[in-house]
Amino acid sequence: MTSAAPGATSAAPDEPAFRRLLRATEVDTRMIGMIVALLLIWFGFNVYTQIQSGEGLFLTPRNLWNLSVQTSSIAIMGTGMVLIIVMRHIDLSVGSIIGFVSTIIGVAQVRILPAYLGLDNPSIWILAILIALVVGAAIGALHGSLVAYLGIPAFIVTLGAQLFWRGAAWWVTTGQTIAPLDGRFSLLGGGPHGSIGATWSWVLALLACVGIVASLYAGRQRRARFRFPQRPMWAEYLIAVVGCLIVLGATMIVNAYPWPERVAASWAEANHITVPEGGLFISTGWAIPVLIALAIGFAMTFLARRTRFGRYVYAIGGNPEAAELAGINTKRITVLVFALMGTLAAIAACIDSARLDSATNVLGQLDELYTIAAAVIGGTSLAGGVGTIYGALIGALVIQSLQSGMILLGFDSAFQQMVVGVVLVGAVGLDTFYRRRTAKG
Amino acid sequence: MDAEVRTPLVEMKDISIAFGGVKAVDHAYIDLYPGEVVGLLGHNGAGKTCLIKILSGAYKRDSGQIFISGQEVTINNPRDAKNYGIETVYQALALADNVDAASNLYLGRELLTRWGTLDDSSMEAEARKVMGRLNPNFRRFKEPVIALSGGQRQSVAIARAIHFNAKILIMDEPTAALGPAETAQVGELVKQLKAEGIGIFLISHDIHDVFDLADRVTVMKNGQIVGSGRVTDMTKDEVLGMIILGKCPPGAIPGPGAMQG
Repeated sequence: MTSAAPGATSAAPDEPAFRRLLRATEVDTRMIGMIVALLLIWFGFNVYTQIQSGEGLFLTPRNLWNLSVQTSSIAIMGTGMVLIIVMRHIDLSVGSIIGFVSTIIGVAQVRILPAYLGLDNPSIWILAILIALVVGAAIGALHGSLVAYLGIPAFIVTLGAQLFWRGAAWWVTTGQTIAPLDGRFSLLGGGPHGSIGATWSWVLALLACVGIVASLYAGRQRRARFRFPQRPMWAEYLIAVVGCLIVLGATMIVNAYPWPERVAASWAEANHITVPEGGLFISTGWAIPVLIALAIGFAMTFLARRTRFGRYVYAIGGNPEAAELAGINTKRITVLVFALMGTLAAIAACIDSARLDSATNVLGQLDELYTIAAAVIGGTSLAGGVGTIYGALIGALVIQSLQSGMILLGFDSAFQQMVVGVVLVGAVGLDTFYRRRTAKG
Repeated sequence: MDAEVRTPLVEMKDISIAFGGVKAVDHAYIDLYPGEVVGLLGHNGAGKTCLIKILSGAYKRDSGQIFISGQEVTINNPRDAKNYGIETVYQALALADNVDAASNLYLGRELLTRWGTLDDSSMEAEARKVMGRLNPNFRRFKEPVIALSGGQRQSVAIARAIHFNAKILIMDEPTAALGPAETAQVGELVKQLKAEGIGIFLISHDIHDVFDLADRVTVMKNGQIVGSGRVTDMTKDEVLGMIILGKCPPGAIPGPGAMQG
């Protein structure tokens, strides 16, 4: 790719077709690599289960739907971890923040808020979430301040914080698990009721398709206004078609997953509907936590690419001294990035505890490592300055796919950990090798 | 001609700064008039970069006063300096390697759209304009600046300094990373900016870089001022003597760092 002159989207005639495709569509080669790896994992597990049990268990609507829900919390935190690592820091405390915030959520909505607002007050779940977000942001801001103003390395601050908040989580409930949580709050965790059903899923999918086309059009207009080189038209159409197909295909899959029979039956009974012959088919559709994760993915991409804050994060990661000399308040940005990470961990805590319908101090153990792994597998460089939000989302999906597949195959958890460890080191090794080669050109 | 009766653009008086007991700058002083180029010379470690970093806000002085156009000012950080129209091209270039030329050009002063988001298209368009003036061969707007050559990086750094209506430009070893053609280009640029009435500090340890471009030179040694004078009143050899020995020639006004006797 080094031979490609910038802005020159017109291809040399003797260029191989695939490279020309990449250049014309301006798609990141690393992203293609990650998607290929993801598909290999998916089809590999599917074939394996087919051999083992006679039917492919991985690529089923049920498994893919579950995979999407399981991925959401790591994906949400991964987007924040990218910015942390881009700024040459690390956050080892996110798993413990989940545990601590989770117990706070539990105590707030089961013990404290009902005492003032009455049991089952509809504002309880909203207040609980707000409390969680404020606590998460405050914890993050505290870590960031220690890093920025006292100059303690982030590794040490967050390592200490990992121990501290895990212990604090125990103190909040003296180790008790709080369950069940508020019924409305539990919808955040997904499940049949925490999903939006077939109709709304299609509505969202169509809106997303309109959004893809509109943003491509707007991009073209903007380039035309400044007379920048354009992508060839065929490339624009290709991107639009592929993007829409992915959105519609994924929606078809989540809609093909029905409510479990028992849930559907009890719903039918409650609504006085007779269950027809052969069972009731109610589409689950997109799960709420997945939609939250996607929305956060978009918001964080926007933050990273289109705002001053994002630009400063990358500039500081690229050359902290230069950023400081350019007049950027690097300390403030550091505090903000950690506060953002804390907030995202709090959102993940809401989703995780809603999914379990309980709040417990051990929630989120080892999540910091999976989050870092998601960011790093997604192409974030630990040397700083380099990393993308979508990379972290795909990275989270890769990690979760591996785990989910190994569970389907009945691997024991010790072996799962070993595999994830090997994959992490392998992915970074490959990446380093790739970077060194492209640097040599 | 009669610059001395006008108010200097910059006047730094009695500036000192120490790092852990080492007096990097010891009661130094320097001034600069509009449309003038002042060369600041000295060996590596003579304190010239340090003195100038106090002006650009990278370091905070221990003592001394800074006047901009006759007004005493406080410069605590690079933002303060920029507010007074002081722009710096640093020796180490001070570019964020991982972002492109336009982003570096506007780093810390981004153009925003109506909605408060980054206006990358406008920034790139402006970058194309300003780079077109400085370095017409520059085409690589989309790449991180790490991919650029030394000269290209230097032109990005200079573009950043002059794009924001600088009144005072500080250039720290501006040609250290450059080939002869690019060095000549920087020389042309200095003359052009001087003609626009910008005051320029040119810092170098190499006398040849400075002598042809500067109106006056000030020489530092061991953190102290050896002396200063007009280049027309001195020869290159005399200036070399100031740099190496601290010997002040008759054409220059001696400072506290001048060799006694």
